Formats: sequence, structure tokens, C-alpha cells
Amino acid sequence: MIRRHIIRSTAEAGSGHPGGSLSCADIMALLYFHVLQMRPQDPGWQERDRFLLAKGHAAPALYAALAERGFFPAEELLNLRRLGAILQGHPDMTRTPGVEASTGSLGQGLSVAVGMALAGKLDSADYGVYALLGDGEIQEGQVWEAAMAAAHYRLDNLVAFVDYNRLQIDGPVDKVMSPSPVPEKWKAFGWRVFEADGHNIPGMNTVVRSAQEAEKPAVIIAHTVKGKGVSYMEDQVQWHGKAPDGQLVAQALQELESVQEVTDDE
Amino acid sequence: MSEGAETKWPNRLATRDAYGDALLQLGAERPDVVVLDADLSGSTRTGRFAEKYPERFFNAGIAEQNMINMAAGLAVGGKIPFASTFAIFATGRAWEQIRNTVASGRLPVRIVASHAGLTVGADGSSHQALEDIALMRVIAGMTVVVPKDAPETERVIREVVDWPGPVYVRLGRAKVPVISPKGAEFSVGKGEVLRDGDDVAIVACGVMVAESLLAADRLAAEGIAARVINMATVKPLDDDMLRQAASECGAVVTAEEHNVIGGLGSAVCESIAETQPVPVRRIGVDDVFGQSGDPADLLHAYGLTADAIFEAARDLVKKG
Ligand SMILES: Cc1ncc(C[n+]2csc(CCOP(=O)(O)OP(=O)(O)O)c2C)c(N)n1
Ligand SMILES: [Mg+2]
Repeated sequence: MIRRHIIRSTAEAGSGHPGGSLSCADIMALLYFHVLQMRPQDPGWQERDRFLLAKGHAAPALYAALAERGFFPAEELLNLRRLGAILQGHPDMTRTPGVEASTGSLGQGLSVAVGMALAGKLDSADYGVYALLGDGEIQEGQVWEAAMAAAHYRLDNLVAFVDYNRLQIDGPVDKVMSPSPVPEKWKAFGWRVFEADGHNIPGMNTVVRSAQEAEKPAVIIAHTVKGKGVSYMEDQVQWHGKAPDGQLVAQALQELESVQEVTDDE
Repeated sequence: MSEGAETKWPNRLATRDAYGDALLQLGAERPDVVVLDADLSGSTRTGRFAEKYPERFFNAGIAEQNMINMAAGLAVGGKIPFASTFAIFATGRAWEQIRNTVASGRLPVRIVASHAGLTVGADGSSHQALEDIALMRVIAGMTVVVPKDAPETERVIREVVDWPGPVYVRLGRAKVPVISPKGAEFSVGKGEVLRDGDDVAIVACGVMVAESLLAADRLAAEGIAARVINMATVKPLDDDMLRQAASECGAVVTAEEHNVIGGLGSAVCESIAETQPVPVRRIGVDDVFGQSGDPADLLHAYGLTADAIFEAARDLVKKG
């Protein structure tokens, strides 16, 4: 369902980022349907778990999850990126119910998540803070400043996902500016490191439970395929930032029709 | 673009495309020219240079601060670096690197940023730099250039190669009317009078130059002769041309695709307030953030149109 929303909303908008939205669709489904405690009718509920989409260009995936959870009507998805719409090209906390912080400038989100986790600690609150980063995004130095701070403050209420799809805009991440070895870097910064198949929701669910138990901040490196679920987009760098149109939309929707998605079972 | 633009200037090109072409030419002529980008080489059009001269192209990845200081190091090493990304990230994310290393060292780094202003369109506020002119203008020794169209962009790029000290060039994503006549000149620090008149002066940069010319047509129909000045160099500002315009026209309207605070309008006010004070109206984004939308719709929604310039100019003339 999330994937079909991504295709429909970006196609309707005529622009957007389907590749990185599709690659994290299963992570979104996991979080919004299995992990995050929220009250869609009361988005500001103090005890809610926090989720922060650091890779803000994947907004179509976030919006699809929020709509399916009932934060706003699914029809809004078709106004994506329109003048005056509540669904902006990148997440805007002043316009969209359920968006915890405005993002779109890569590299800043994890720092905000650290702040949210610190606030939770100050209030002795039970909620968890979750963030999703891109694997190109972690080239930003600020990500590592945030990683250092999270370990420094022993933020065991913080879980980060890295959408490890191995592509960014100008090409493969390891060719543009390699951040490898990624797990070792997080480990060296004082985090518990988990790896998972980013398209296996039950598998990731088990990993998240362990991550929540960790005595320090935890990162889940989710191995994904950019454009996952749409054959012509899979692992194709050119589908990072353009919307499908015409026959390609129909083909994408048809391919996604045949895939059994977890949210459909509910 | 406002009505009338398409018939007046049927040709439309993006300034970033002109930049890509200019870099290719420079690459052939100047072995000391190197280019940097931060994972946006397709969008900024530095990719064309990267393909032709891979050994002189450095992709910093998504790390704009690092890119700017790598450019600084290359400049110290005798190279002429052109560093590109979106305007918001170049001037916002890496501001302090530009201020404390590039500019304070008077290093010849050329920061050429695309995707400035509302005309970014659907990506929305996070990607629409409305503050970059202000951010760069306030740095000592920084030269700031906002070309109005593609041909001017090519000349600007060639002109700034050997300009002393750091330079910021602001480019756009959208295709904009080609209004430069063939062979028009560009010199850093010199304004360009595109249309003469002495009832009111309209001083504009970037995409708002075309809107200003359209406004001048409408003003003429009402018997108001507007002088239209393309102030592509926002810094150093052409104070002499401004003083003359203020004194001969008696009223000034400024127009820019930027917050009205800190950009061209502010610069013009600062200049004429000290030399030839006259009433001024500033057309620009009125101290709010942008949002997603079609570029032309956004310009309309935020009042960056020939209509708005026309009305401001007419009001000033009526009052005067
Ligand atoms: C600070 C900053 N620099 C550049 C960009 C432009 N940009 C948007 S997406 C992107 C590539 C992101 O790659 P990655 O993090 O791997 O995301 P994914 O592959 O999951 O889409 C870039 C460079 C940005 N949004 N923010
Ligand atoms: Mg990626």
C-alpha cells in the first residue's frame, strides 16, 4: 500500500523522489504498523514514540504511512507538492500532522533526534526516538557529530536506521565518496550496531526489539534496494529524483499489485 | 513568468545550463580550473565538466562544508576552483567555512550555486534559498553576482575566472527568458541600463529583470517612463549608476527573487540613502518561507510579478 501511494502521489505531482521512498517503504511499514506507539487523532500526545525522517526527500513514504495510520485522509496524498498543500516536497512540521521536525537538508536529522531523546531523558519519559538516515546522507560530518553526542549521553532510547541502498544522486555511494566500512564506524562512535534485510519486516521487527534493549544508542543498517518493488526502478540511480508518468505508472502499479505487502494483511 | 514574456522572449534557457557550457569551455582553455560538487553534479550541470575532465573534478559527496574548504585548499595550491551545489547548502550550510577560510584568506574560490529562489518549485521551502544574497553580501570582500539569463551567465563565468578574491554566483533551476541581446557585455560591478526613462527607476536582478521590463511596458502605456537597470552585480554595487538613477528619476523600485531583507533591495537602499535619498519600494519575498508549487505559480503567489512592480512604480510616481 505504501509503495502504491508513493507511485501515485509522485506521478500525480509530476516530481519527487520515488527511488529512496520505495527503498524505505518496508522500514516505514515496520515502524508505523509494528513499532511506534502513536495516537493519530492526537498527534501531539506527550507519550508518543517519535519518528524523524532525516532523509527528508523520502517524504512520499512517510506521508503514505501517516495517511494509512489515519493522521490525515489518504486523498491528501494526491495533492503532494501542490501550492498550498499540507504535504510539501520535504517534511514540514508546521503543515503536516504527525511530522515531528522539518527535514530536507540532509545530515541534520540525527542531531534533532538526539535532542528529542535528551528531552525524553529529562522528562523520564518512556517513549523511544527513531530516525531514518540515507547511506549517502551519512557523508555529512554532522551525522558523526550527532553519533558522538548520542553515545556521550548514553541515549539508549534512540534507534537509528540507515537505508543502506548503496546509491545516492551522482552514482553508487562507494564511488562518489565512500563511507565504508559503515558498521565499524558506528561501532567506533559508541553505538550498538545491527544489520538487517530492510525488506523483511518480521526480521527487522526482531532486530528492533534487540535494539530497544541495548544499553546505548543503536543503529540498524538496513540492506535495501533503491526503487524496490518496481522493476525498472530497482537499483537505478536515475530514479532517485524523478516521477514516473504515462505507461510507466500503470506498469509500476500493476507490479506492486501482485506483491503481498504486510500492511494489506492487517 | 508573467503574461507577455513568451511573445517578447520566445527563447528560454536555464542559467545552470549556461554554467555547464561555460565550464566546458574553460576546462579546455584553462588547465588551472578545477571543479567541485556535492552529489548534485547533474543538477548544477558541473557533470559535463566532470565527464570531460575527470581528473580535475572532485565530488565531495553530501558534505558541503568539506567541499568549500577543499576548494580553499585547492585555491591555496594555485588552482581556480569552481564549487557548486544548491544555493541553500552552498551559502547556508557552509557559511562559516566561506567566511573564515575562503573570504578572510581572500582566496579565489568561485562558489557557483544553482536552485536559488522560489523557482526551485516543487521541492519546497527547504530547497529554496531566499537568503543567499544576504548571506554572501555581508561577508567582507565577497563579490556577489546574480545573472539575469543564460547568455549573461556565460559571460559572468568567464569574467570572474581571474577576478581577485572570492565570488558568489547565483543561478536558477528553471528555464528563464533569454533577454540579453547578442554580444552584450558584462563587467563585474557595473549595472546595465536596459531601458531608459526618468519617471521611476526599476533596479532588478536575476529572473526579476524580465518581469521589470514587462512592468516598464505597462507603465509606458500609462505614460510613465521607467528606467530599467539590470543590477547583476549586487556587490560591489554600482553606486554611481544608482545615484544618477535616483537623482534623475526621483523614485526607485527594486525587484529580486529573495527575501526583501538583506538582498538587492537592501543594498540599493543602503547605497542611495547615503548619496541621493528618494522613496523606494522593494519587491521580493516578504520575510516568509517558500513552499512547494509550480515555479510560475509561486512567483505569483508571493507577489514577484510584473504586476507587483507595475503597481509599486505607479504608486510611487503618483505620490511624487
Ligand atoms: C545538505 C543537503 N545536500 C544535498 C541535498 C540534495 N540531495 C537530496 S537527496 C540526495 C542524495 C541522498 O542520498 P541517500 O542519502 O543515499 O538517500 P537515498 O538513496 O535513500 O535516496 C542529495 C544529495 C540535500 N537534500 N541536503
Ligand atoms: Mg542511498
